[in-house]
Amino acid sequence: MQRDFVRRIDTSASRSRRLHIDLPLLALLALLATIGLLVLASAAGDQLSYLKRQSVFLLVGTVVMVAVAQFPLRFWERWTIAFYLAGIILLGLVLLVGVGAKGAQRWLDLGVVRIQPSELMKLSVPMMVASFLHHRAIPPTALEVFIALVLTAIPAALILVQPDLGTALLIFSSGLFALFLAGVAKRYIVGAVGVAIVSAPLAWLYLLHDYQRQRIVTLFDPSSDALGSGWNIIQSQIAIGSGGLAGKGWRQGTQSQLDFLPESHTDFIIAVLAEEFGLIGVLVLLTVYLLLILRIGFIAANAASVFGKLVAGSMALTLFVYVFVNMGMVAGILPVVGVPLPFVSYGGTAVLTLLFGFGILMAIATDKAKN
Amino acid sequence: MERRVFIQPETIAALVNGRLLFAGVVALLAIAVLVVRYSHLQIERHHDFVTRADNNRIQVRQVAPPRGLIFDRNGLLLAENRPSYSLSVVVQRAGDIDALLAKIAQIVPLSQTEISAFRKSARRAAPYQPVSLKYRLSEAEHARLAVAEHQLDGVEITAQPLRHYPLGEAFAHVVGYVGKINDREAATLDPSHYAAIDSIGKSGVERYYESLLLGEHGREQVETDARGRVMQLLAREEPTPGANLMLSLDARLQLQAYQLLDGQRGALVAIDIASGGVLAMASTPSFDPNAFVTGISHNQYNALINSPDKPMFDRALRGQYPPGSTIKPLFGLVALQEQVIDQHYTIEDNGFFSLPNVERPWRDWNYKTGGHGSRVDLAEAIIESCDVFFYDVSIKTGIDALAAYGEKFALGIKTGIDLPGEAAGIMPSAQWKRQRLNTAWFDGDTINASIGQGFFLTTPLQLAVMTARIASRGDLVTPFVVDASNGVQFDHPHQQIEIAKPHWDYLHRAMQDVIEGQHGTARGIATDGYTIAGKTGTAQVISIAADEQYDRDELDQRQRDHALFVAFAPVQQPRIAIALIVENGEHGSSVAAPIARALLDHYMALYPAPSTVAGG
Repeated sequence: MQRDFVRRIDTSASRSRRLHIDLPLLALLALLATIGLLVLASAAGDQLSYLKRQSVFLLVGTVVMVAVAQFPLRFWERWTIAFYLAGIILLGLVLLVGVGAKGAQRWLDLGVVRIQPSELMKLSVPMMVASFLHHRAIPPTALEVFIALVLTAIPAALILVQPDLGTALLIFSSGLFALFLAGVAKRYIVGAVGVAIVSAPLAWLYLLHDYQRQRIVTLFDPSSDALGSGWNIIQSQIAIGSGGLAGKGWRQGTQSQLDFLPESHTDFIIAVLAEEFGLIGVLVLLTVYLLLILRIGFIAANAASVFGKLVAGSMALTLFVYVFVNMGMVAGILPVVGVPLPFVSYGGTAVLTLLFGFGILMAIATDKAKN
Repeated sequence: MERRVFIQPETIAALVNGRLLFAGVVALLAIAVLVVRYSHLQIERHHDFVTRADNNRIQVRQVAPPRGLIFDRNGLLLAENRPSYSLSVVVQRAGDIDALLAKIAQIVPLSQTEISAFRKSARRAAPYQPVSLKYRLSEAEHARLAVAEHQLDGVEITAQPLRHYPLGEAFAHVVGYVGKINDREAATLDPSHYAAIDSIGKSGVERYYESLLLGEHGREQVETDARGRVMQLLAREEPTPGANLMLSLDARLQLQAYQLLDGQRGALVAIDIASGGVLAMASTPSFDPNAFVTGISHNQYNALINSPDKPMFDRALRGQYPPGSTIKPLFGLVALQEQVIDQHYTIEDNGFFSLPNVERPWRDWNYKTGGHGSRVDLAEAIIESCDVFFYDVSIKTGIDALAAYGEKFALGIKTGIDLPGEAAGIMPSAQWKRQRLNTAWFDGDTINASIGQGFFLTTPLQLAVMTARIASRGDLVTPFVVDASNGVQFDHPHQQIEIAKPHWDYLHRAMQDVIEGQHGTARGIATDGYTIAGKTGTAQVISIAADEQYDRDELDQRQRDHALFVAFAPVQQPRIAIALIVENGEHGSSVAAPIARALLDHYMALYPAPSTVAGG
């Protein structure tokens, strides 16, 4: 019996290995997508089109993920620079011919679909930095750090002028994560933190738009503009707080269902979950995210190549930052920036990009090649 | 600068894994921060946020009570509430009102009157209470608004009952009308009673019985979305509807009275003698009360107010006219009761009456050549309306006695009818003249008063009450319009004026002969069907010197005499008393009396005598 069981595990493991699928990752993804669709079904209310389209994106994304995983990691490594350059060109096009919403140009309208090139860069930036660094000696030299920073800064700058400060910072930090994991010297890290602290007032004065400054002000005092920029923060905290321990029940959240909560199906969807499923729901979701991040970290730790380690590690950290920033801003401890909650917020490009990334993660997980 | 270079894959892996571990620890700490934050919001501050979520979604709204209905004595509806769709705005949710009004105006036409009325009401409205902007939306307007409603924050389409007066003009004065609460009213009324109501009784029964018709507000707890739209009803406390009022009015008689007077300026009051209930109370010209319900436009209102015919003026209740000869029977009765004269007292009438020491004689208005002749007694003086007889007798009776009885018969004193704005008229007396004009009373004043001229002013209602009290042989008939509230009848106490029975018999006979006698001034309306007692009257509009002739062709139509008539029937068991005036109608006998006859015919047909009286 014991042997049978072990053998069965072995066979299924080896089968999944042959298909280049990481089962724990797939299981956690499925769990997350289920939670996401459940919450979206509540948040989107009667607008079933959101639910349908998100489901289609998830299905298509899963196919993409499995397809991506079939290619050896070396293949993706070779194509990284091409993806990166394509992303840069798309970002340039967004600025030239992009379509906008709420005063920012973020989408490219391809007729059939609208894509958000900034989402694509979330993946290609850490891959580009990892690809640049892993050919060289680890840890990187000052020049290599500088080049890696430039590679990161170009797309970040293009996104910043859309303007989309939140995504720009996240893209920039995803490049930094790759650098950090590549063993950049501690003095550089300390120095960077120092520069960041010193330049913060300058950024406040010269770099931030009025609405961005307002968002930071409202973080500390939402009531200063209760019906304007503070509205989202106040209403989302009311939604979360009134959810209590067990929540009001699926589709029973008054804040969510009566439209008090803005952006309830996109950036603020965690407030819907918190209101309807309570703290328990929040903890379950956090646990799933934590397990997912740990699994990716585990893949990074066991990756056969330095490229794989750096890419997987950066993705784990990027995923974590997305979750942290999104849940932090909705709960009123971080300024409001346009960051979706991975796999839960509605958004086609984000889902496809994430699943593309998970395809690469699976390629890394099943990669045996030596560096 | 020393630079360590790791070449071994194992050492590289160790470095990267070390960094991974470090990042993992930082991530765990950060997630712990999230857990702390969410626990803080969802556990520690849970109750606070539940309250705020409920405050967000739950609104308590006042529910307007349906206004009481008004029926005639037979249950015919005179004032009802008609369902209607209205466009209202919750100002607090609308943001920029001017922009919103501009947007709405692109969907449905908004008049300047509607906008200014809305702004007025909006200033007084309780917070979050919808304020009406446009009433009586058409189907098409309702549909267009329903489509655009989600783009118009604060806009609500509500089914709101509107007051409607199906019989319109004929009842406008007595039933009255409701209209929008104005600033003056808002200052005096209790706002809690009008939280969801923007109109109030302005005149007539609607105003007098406002507190009964109003009802009491209910409340409802509703769940609203962020735009303030009601999503569901959580709890409801039903409003108490206003009381339904049943009037003593008979709509058939009222309509007929209105039609009989239509086209002239006049008033008619008919009273049910047994109860004092007013059967008909018409004033012409009239107006459409429905125009006031949702606010009348300035132009329309000015046209009504500035019309020389004064259609808004309730002549029956507030029109003060000299009673003319209609008070002669009463003054004759006073002289009998006070034993100034007896039934056999006669005078010689050659058409003039002189007082000692007064050079100018008083002329008999009714007789142009030679007076009523010799041996004129009280009956003849009433039947032929002889002025000289009453000059003589009234001087003998004295104004104080006449005034004292006059007030007992409702002259110069408010009747106490349950309608607002009743005029008191003037029963002149020495005391009155001293107080009001600060001059002494002269015998000439008594002579003028004796034929209902001079300072004498009465309302048609007062004359009807006088007639009812005469008809009932001294029953202190008190007029009323509302008979019952929610089916419960009001009390109408009766008192008696003490007059000796033979005097009544004599007086009723004389008044009957006004119609039935050969020389009766109203002999034209005599009928075989039933008996009528009455008295004609002519009220002078301008004064004419004793030596001038009244030449109708030279007089402007508005300066011609008013025609009056009072009557009751049947004489033996009087049931209905009528008084009416036709302004500038000139002759009580030919203009006013036939109107009374027509109405009496109708009444007799509608209310056949309870028991057949022989010779009736």
